[in-house]
Amino acid sequence: MSTIMMNSQLSRRGFLASTGATVGGLMVSFHIPFANAQNGTTPEVNAWVVVKPDDTIVIRIARSEMGQGTLTGLAQLVAEELECNWAKVTTEYPTPGQNLARSRVWGNFATGGSRGIRESHDYVRRGGATARMMLVQAAADGWNVPASECSAANSVITHTPSGRSTSYGKVAATAAKLTPPASASIILKDPKTWKLAGKPLARLDTVKKTMGAQDYGIDLQLPGLLNAAIKDCPVFGGKLKRFNAAAVEGRPGVKKVVQVGDSAVAVVADTWWRAKSALDALPVEWDYGPNARISQADIQQTLKAGLDAKEAVVGNSNGNAPAAIASAARRIEAVYACPYQNHATMEPMNATARWTSERCEVWVPTQNGEAALAAAAEAAGLPPAKCEVYKLYLGGGFGRRGHSDFVTQAVRIAKTMPGTPIKMIWSREEDMQHGFYHPVTQCQLTAGLDTQGNITGLHMRISGQSILATVAPQSIKDGRDMLMFQGLNPSGPEASIGYSFPNLLIDHAMRNPHVPAGFWRGVNLNQNAIYLECFIDEIAHATKQDPLALRRKLMVNHPKHLAVLNAVAERAGWDKPAPKGAFRGLAQTMGFGSYVAACAEVSVSDDGQLKIHRIVAATDPGHAVNPQQIEAQVEGSFSYGLSAALFGEITIKDGAVEQKNFDSYPVVRIADMPKVETLVLPSGGFWGGVGEPTIAVAAPAVLNAIFAATGRRIRELPLKRHSLKRA
Amino acid sequence: MAKLNVNGKVREFEAEPDTPLLWVLREQLQLTGTKYGCGIAQCGACTVHIDSAPVRSCVRPLSSVGTTEKIVTIEGLSPDGSHPVQRAWAMLDVPQCGFCQSGMIMAATSLLRRKPNPTDADIDAAITNICRCGTYNRVRAAIRVAVDGSSGRRAHLSSQHTDGSAT
Repeated sequence: MSTIMMNSQLSRRGFLASTGATVGGLMVSFHIPFANAQNGTTPEVNAWVVVKPDDTIVIRIARSEMGQGTLTGLAQLVAEELECNWAKVTTEYPTPGQNLARSRVWGNFATGGSRGIRESHDYVRRGGATARMMLVQAAADGWNVPASECSAANSVITHTPSGRSTSYGKVAATAAKLTPPASASIILKDPKTWKLAGKPLARLDTVKKTMGAQDYGIDLQLPGLLNAAIKDCPVFGGKLKRFNAAAVEGRPGVKKVVQVGDSAVAVVADTWWRAKSALDALPVEWDYGPNARISQADIQQTLKAGLDAKEAVVGNSNGNAPAAIASAARRIEAVYACPYQNHATMEPMNATARWTSERCEVWVPTQNGEAALAAAAEAAGLPPAKCEVYKLYLGGGFGRRGHSDFVTQAVRIAKTMPGTPIKMIWSREEDMQHGFYHPVTQCQLTAGLDTQGNITGLHMRISGQSILATVAPQSIKDGRDMLMFQGLNPSGPEASIGYSFPNLLIDHAMRNPHVPAGFWRGVNLNQNAIYLECFIDEIAHATKQDPLALRRKLMVNHPKHLAVLNAVAERAGWDKPAPKGAFRGLAQTMGFGSYVAACAEVSVSDDGQLKIHRIVAATDPGHAVNPQQIEAQVEGSFSYGLSAALFGEITIKDGAVEQKNFDSYPVVRIADMPKVETLVLPSGGFWGGVGEPTIAVAAPAVLNAIFAATGRRIRELPLKRHSLKRA
Repeated sequence: MAKLNVNGKVREFEAEPDTPLLWVLREQLQLTGTKYGCGIAQCGACTVHIDSAPVRSCVRPLSSVGTTEKIVTIEGLSPDGSHPVQRAWAMLDVPQCGFCQSGMIMAATSLLRRKPNPTDADIDAAITNICRCGTYNRVRAAIRVAVDGSSGRRAHLSSQHTDGSAT
């Protein structure tokens, strides 16, 4: 963790530069000599825990909940150490402004990379333990006894020798005044003794969602609120030329028509429907720019050239793969391709802003509250200390809401009507066409085999787009983006390959089309697992080896990868015949710190209808904080990943995204969803992520099963491009 | 002034006749439980009941809804989440982000009114709502629970609730 010592005149530029670094997951901390800002009527015991007189516990959650269950999981970890009554636990989000004012006491707000629990579990547990120790000390002081003679459980403190007891609510105010214990004196509980963490507790945030009572960003209501609909130039990099406001200004409810930045136009009205209707009727001219010449074929050609390019960045190599392949008795080669994907959160992008010359406030569903604050300050032309972001509940994130483009837009609109809160909502069409897309890639895999069919060398050349080139271009030097190698790295605790080859070369030729790229659930682990797991399957079939047997041979030195693969194979009954008409496929990978595998069982009818019957999945995330929520994440990740593999593609025509809504960007629905059996196998000793890793194994397992069923090898996704009809 | 019967009350408001029912509910009537997800009846997040039938309100213009037609939104299913479908959803912790769930629940309640014991094929045909979080298997299991009270969850994983019960 790097520390930046700033003087009291924290420059906006310095803050922006620092929070920009959080995109890459770096922890940056500030020291700002602000007074400790304690708001609210009940003093906090510490930054993580507020205890009300009636024993209600308020746990502060820094990360963003977007459905992945992190809010409840983090609360479980704090509550475990706090020894509080779980039935009285509630949560709240501190704001990014408060975090800034308090020297980032809550750490990183950014939520992505499946890091919410694994990156913060240690310090949030310490936060809970610290609060418990202070509460116990306060009670002990009141009884004039040593704290060591007291114990705490379920929000009750007992003096063991005398049997006297009191509740957290009664001593909280006193505890709040104590000096926190020294860090070295905090001993965290052994996970084997956990009573709350590690248990399949019900989520804290479920009931309101069954009643329509959970408000999202799109639902925000404020006194005097106006609504805005916006349209950005459909061609990335194009500009707004002109628009005829007079054509719509007379429509009922319309207040204003404004240019936003240099490429967008918005209508502000009393209702969003009136704003959107007016925007649809607004005459607009665009200067599409040179990118309007680019269509899908151009992009595919550009990437294809990268497959043979001489220059490439090496991600993993041992021995001399090109030489081994050149001299091999036999060669197998295949080219795979994966398209752009959109996040397509159910709640379209939105943000609400109110701007005055003295203060700018933003209410927004965001995965990165601090980046949103930085963006708000930049767009507002105000220092961050004069701005605030209120984090609202997300209707899905998947990585899209880590960006702050919609925050910038909302503030720019708000600046045109000082003092008025304006809620800007994107239409679904706007959302489909202005994403930060999962990047397009192709992959050429070549294997050399000896006369016995053993792999002597493997070359995996990835050609395609870098996310970092869009979101952090300053971090790219000489075409090097190591994120391209997720799941393929030689070693390490994050995303390493599960196979050993005598000669190996994995390299990447960067090709960046004009389409913005972003972090899409699972990121590059998705296509890397498709490429490698399908190709391993190709080698197995070409050498008449069982796909599991071949993998086991290659995974001897990768016990954790192998353990989850063996677990799914055993549960799926790999060594026994599949149900009549069903065929199986396997996949394994490692990413975001966790080891995952899947076995898919599918059937394909004579006329080419695919039915995915079930997927057996296993994950080893090291520790499991809420097993039933892990199960939910595994199932959900399969739905998301299969939507892409089966149906999803974002294609470009004349520089713009062709797909406009769910009719042209279809996704998995309940009828498509297979049964899923999940094995949660935390092996201890490390903390791996949950929200993403398993997404990567569904598609290759299904594709491999389709091959087993039909003899057709699908290499160009999505599947809907191909017929599976029996020839 | 226009008039609609929503959740048992007659409501009066001003809106253009081509305003979709969805936006009348959300904006003129402040009933934001019904959600906007696509605007073209593809996703189902806007599902309400009109005279007990499921309707995607994003494509129903105000002018097409009579003042005697009984509209029920998610807020009108129960005052406190006690509808059996809502209870089943809570028991199995169905929602993840939850944005699609109002529509899911309205589609499920409507299905159960028409088919009190639906088959898997009935569920496939009737519940075409989109959920990007992928809660589909729990949706299916919760419909089972609402039908016959049985728990669709596997025995080794349960939801533990703050009242001490486990499902």
